[in-house]
Amino acid sequence: MGRLALSDEILLTIDQPARYIGGEWNMVKKDPKDVDIRFCMCFPDVYEIGMSHLGIQILYDMLNKREDVYCERVYSPWPDLHKIMKEKKIPLFALESQEPIKEFDFLGITIQYEMCYTNILQILDLSQIPLHAVDRTDDMPIVIGGGPCTYNPEPIADFFDMFYIGEGEVRYDELLNLYKTCKKCNKSRAQFLREAAQIPGIYVPSLYEVTYNEDGTLAAFTPKYDDVPARVEKQLVLNMTEASYPRKPVVPFIKATQDRVVLEIQRGCIRGCRFCQAGMIYRPTREKDVECLKIYASDMLKNTGHEDTSLSSLSSSDYSQLEEIVNYLIDNFRDKGVNISLPSLRIDAFSLDVMSKVQDIKKSSLTFAPEAGSQRMRNVINKGLTKDVILNGAGLAFEGGWQKVKLYFMLGLPGETVEDMQAIAELANDIAVRYYEIPKEKRNGKCQITISTSFFVPKPFTPLQWAPMCTASDYLGKAKIVNEAVKNQLNRKSIRYNWHEADVTVLEGVFARGDRKIAKAIELAYKRGAIFDSWSEYFDNALWFDCFDKTGIDVDFYTLRTRNLDELFPWDFIDDGVSKEFLIREWKHAMNEEVTPNCRMKCSGCGVRKYEGGVCVEN
Amino acid sequence: MLKIRIKFSKSGNMKFVGHLDTMRYFQKVMRRAEIDIAYSAGFSPHQIMSFAAPLGVGIESEGEYVDIEVNSTFSTAEAIRRLNENMVEGYWVNDYRKLPDDSKPAMSIVSCADYTLSYRDGYETDLSFNQLREAVHAFYEERESIFIIKNTKKSQKEIDLKPLIYAFEVHEEEGIPAFYLKISTGSTDNLKPELVMEHFYRFLGKELSDFTFRTLRHDVYTGNAAEGFYSLNDCGTVIL
Repeated sequence: MGRLALSDEILLTIDQPARYIGGEWNMVKKDPKDVDIRFCMCFPDVYEIGMSHLGIQILYDMLNKREDVYCERVYSPWPDLHKIMKEKKIPLFALESQEPIKEFDFLGITIQYEMCYTNILQILDLSQIPLHAVDRTDDMPIVIGGGPCTYNPEPIADFFDMFYIGEGEVRYDELLNLYKTCKKCNKSRAQFLREAAQIPGIYVPSLYEVTYNEDGTLAAFTPKYDDVPARVEKQLVLNMTEASYPRKPVVPFIKATQDRVVLEIQRGCIRGCRFCQAGMIYRPTREKDVECLKIYASDMLKNTGHEDTSLSSLSSSDYSQLEEIVNYLIDNFRDKGVNISLPSLRIDAFSLDVMSKVQDIKKSSLTFAPEAGSQRMRNVINKGLTKDVILNGAGLAFEGGWQKVKLYFMLGLPGETVEDMQAIAELANDIAVRYYEIPKEKRNGKCQITISTSFFVPKPFTPLQWAPMCTASDYLGKAKIVNEAVKNQLNRKSIRYNWHEADVTVLEGVFARGDRKIAKAIELAYKRGAIFDSWSEYFDNALWFDCFDKTGIDVDFYTLRTRNLDELFPWDFIDDGVSKEFLIREWKHAMNEEVTPNCRMKCSGCGVRKYEGGVCVEN
Repeated sequence: MLKIRIKFSKSGNMKFVGHLDTMRYFQKVMRRAEIDIAYSAGFSPHQIMSFAAPLGVGIESEGEYVDIEVNSTFSTAEAIRRLNENMVEGYWVNDYRKLPDDSKPAMSIVSCADYTLSYRDGYETDLSFNQLREAVHAFYEERESIFIIKNTKKSQKEIDLKPLIYAFEVHEEEGIPAFYLKISTGSTDNLKPELVMEHFYRFLGKELSDFTFRTLRHDVYTGNAAEGFYSLNDCGTVIL
């Protein structure tokens, strides 16, 4: 057993020492001396969250299949350990070898949500790697970012040597081969970066020049050299069935958020909800073959010993072989004590039948995500869920014995009126009315309807990317309107209402559509102690606003402005397959409250047909 | 339904894995090793499994016990082989035995455990073997009672350590002194070895740091002082 990077004294002083010792089941062990490339994969949040992420498990497994690469893992040290590592100048280490990351060839950071940006700086800082890419020397790791937030990498562009735009399965071999060649020829860091920029999907921020107009908007975004591409094209897997998938995922000792076998049944979504970034950037929808999934399920359950399995996709009900895979899992594993969870399911006769087999009806709840209260607003966001569908689904469920319903909505959508907000409470009331239509002797006491609202944050590459946001106090005002409306409902005693905090929403909005100027504020906030901003106990809104102030960032410019259709966005240099013309068309449809059919009903010409894969070429 | 007792060791880096996580770890090991473990009824069935005496974080052990119930079983040798094939480095199954049908769960019959506490690097004592032996004699053997104040969650209470300590000796480990303790363990009168050492040090006029000793648990016993203690492992029989 290897020596740990942290002493017993430290490990016995901090919370959850098992986060930092590695040695988990299915951890890959290699001798670092036997490989050419050492890669450290990072999820910049606490271990329990990072270990739950499917993407890292896929890449960890895929990279370690190469004999010349040793891929290890690192997660954000919790603030208790952070303090000790800073004081004692202990370099951040990878879990497998327990060796310092600064000695690695690559540090890969997956960026899943904006609120982890200061944690990225924490990782670099504790690793003793300069925060700014320009300050790094040839002997330091290449810092590469990936994941959904890299569809607008600009607020954090200064901190990365490169970004990988798109799905990781496609270009890593090419990138690592190039790195090996460059290393063999003793080429400098700068030379490697210049050559890497020519690999499709690789974006090297230092090779682009950004200029601004007087009003603060982007004037131009241009490559500094002729051989650097002006547009960076998203990479995507065309054959999901043949794509690399981990049969032996690492099994943590401490309970991770996702402590289960995860089966990715498809990537992408046909629905085209206009607020949803995942629904756009993962186009086209591509399914995995059901026979392949059956083999994965049985292998992975055997290899991990997990007692739970879950299907993963943006909209499971749209998977064409759903019944087949669900019945297979129930028939083969249910009597072996394996639980089956089915997120993102539409509520209908089939899903209720499945749920009644795998859950305790009395304890479980039904989940609907209408996202908006009124039909008008649902048309604006293209959420094709009608009140009738919701009431029918709920009615069916109530008759089947369920009595708990969870409803998810967004507030602050473009053009939202007081009536739209009140409709949220009215919809909840209508569901309760449906419940009480069941004869008293057949129902099980009161029903419990829980409404949760979050505040809408416009994201790049969505049809709503032009939409303005609100101030934090306006957001809370909206929540108050809903709260009042709930109190006015006949069935108010059966309805509970929760809303999200508004401060974080504003910050998320700045980062989501920010430009390179934001980096200064993120750096200052980190230096003044901001980490774990996605954890409410650590988030300090006053500190952030002071940092924006000190670095000359006008928050309202990023959040409150309605953007013009001809404005050049910081992320426009990325080609995610969906054309800007399509997004403009959809933005106009949104304003006209017009619905666009889903990809299986009719092709709306978004542009991803050029990849010739998935739903675009079905039938 | 058969009752089985598994003896395992937990060493090295695995001492940082807490008790609840060790339970979860064993549940997954059972599935990987395809032990035909019995499940409780209901919508969220759980394995029928219980541990003898929780081990604190930071303590290593060569004698931990977990009881399970199975529908059918492999032989002792085959079960040990299967379990160890599915263990990470640091956990090791030493035995797998069948218990009599009427046996009580391990946790309800535990009466004592024994430990070796050795000085951690950098925390060595300046006292000689003889000085330590004399000190233990004076602290433990010569006294009729050793009253201490024990802080509980709600209050303080006075307890006598003397009848709860069955052995307290100074040993030599690679030329360095180490302490051997056999003390009361279990649901009543649960004593931690660190508490004994803390009061021993106080008796010497010294302050004990949290990190002075590395603790190794050797085994867990049932029985009593008058009739004799015997290892939990001895309750079971080998399956051929």
